[in-house]
Amino acid sequence: MAFRSIALRTAALCRRAMATEASGSTFPLTFGSPSNALFNAAPVKQVDIPSTTGHFGILPNHVPTIAILLPGVVSVTTEAGDVQRFFVSSGTATIHADSTVQIMAEEICDVGEIDGAAVRSALEVSRSKLASATSEADKAAAQIEVDVYECMVAVA
Amino acid sequence: MAFPMLRSTAILAPNAARGMATLKDIETRLKSVTNIRKITSSMKMVSAAKFSRAERALKPARVYGTGAASLYEKNEFESGEDKLVLAISSDRGLCGGIHSGLGRTIKAAHAEQPIKKTVIVGDKAKAILLKTLGDTYLATFNNVGKKAASFSDAIAVAEEVLSHNCETVEIVYNDFVNVVTYKALTKAIPSAESIEANDAIYTYDEVDSEVLKCYQEFTLANIVFHSIREQECSEQSARMNAMENATRNAGEMIDKLTLQFNRTRQAVITRELIEIISGANALE
Repeated sequence: MAFRSIALRTAALCRRAMATEASGSTFPLTFGSPSNALFNAAPVKQVDIPSTTGHFGILPNHVPTIAILLPGVVSVTTEAGDVQRFFVSSGTATIHADSTVQIMAEEICDVGEIDGAAVRSALEVSRSKLASATSEADKAAAQIEVDVYECMVAVA
Repeated sequence: MAFPMLRSTAILAPNAARGMATLKDIETRLKSVTNIRKITSSMKMVSAAKFSRAERALKPARVYGTGAASLYEKNEFESGEDKLVLAISSDRGLCGGIHSGLGRTIKAAHAEQPIKKTVIVGDKAKAILLKTLGDTYLATFNNVGKKAASFSDAIAVAEEVLSHNCETVEIVYNDFVNVVTYKALTKAIPSAESIEANDAIYTYDEVDSEVLKCYQEFTLANIVFHSIREQECSEQSARMNAMENATRNAGEMIDKLTLQFNRTRQAVITRELIEIISGANALE
């Protein structure tokens, strides 16, 4: 009786330990912004991210790396199989040797919530701001705005 | 119960004129303590509201901050002696031991190994550390604490810290444990150069200096943001508790003063009666 309960307990402990690492088909993803934690070590099947080194997908047991995100769409394939797409303005992505992935983005918004008309008008405003910018810093800031809005327009 | 009452009236009522003055004194004290209780009670309610908002904002900030710090948690990056201490506090007091606890932690660290460079956020820490570490101040931030900090505030602080190019940044803040507890913590974050110099980073594929620099800068801003949110939450909970204690103490003082006032009033009346009666007796 005592042996069986000990065996059951160790089996449960093992299962719990494995759930926090990549269990073959999923890996834990932490994806959030300063105001909104979308995924907190949640098991997902795949994440595609737009990075400065190219658009790439992350599967379980991906080689560890760190990447800087460009404005674009992060698509998450959850354990259940549905794909969720989020627009991110910028950020970082880290993949560790134990297959945990952390994606920190400055601003995240669900692709479905992007208002196409509002983004297009904002793009016009930022384009005129870029044209009228004088100092290097202003020009760089305006260029970043234009890039982000152009990406949003492409996605909306 | 009779004996203690008699004794106190004997001390408080020497003669009629002095007795009246004492009565007015007690009345003035009673009024001022009642005012104090009203103020501390309203401060407690304001803090409670701010605290619930801060706690809600802390939840995503915690996920964000621990995620951002994951690289430094999972790998050991030794860094050099060149340290910059970033102290996170606020401008406002009446929050128990929040600022003094932070000051104690930093002074203890300074006693162990002298701190050469500091960046201070908040006037309270600036005042507390002025005597021991005043000449190490590189920059101070004020207007902190009136409203919740945003990510752009964290970016401004991180940019200031990064402009000094130190090998390690140590962030000292109060970590929120629960409503009644907080703990002063120190987080060490190495610079991009220190990370590059460590072999541990090369387990990560395709990492070049550009990527590492951007990564470290953004991550520093994230961790600073998380620390500021923790500090805000700890401070509001500490202020709530301090004001609650103050209100309770003021209430006790009011009860004691009211009893004293009533006893004094009764003693004065008794004395007057005795005088009238003995005067009437003398006439007979």
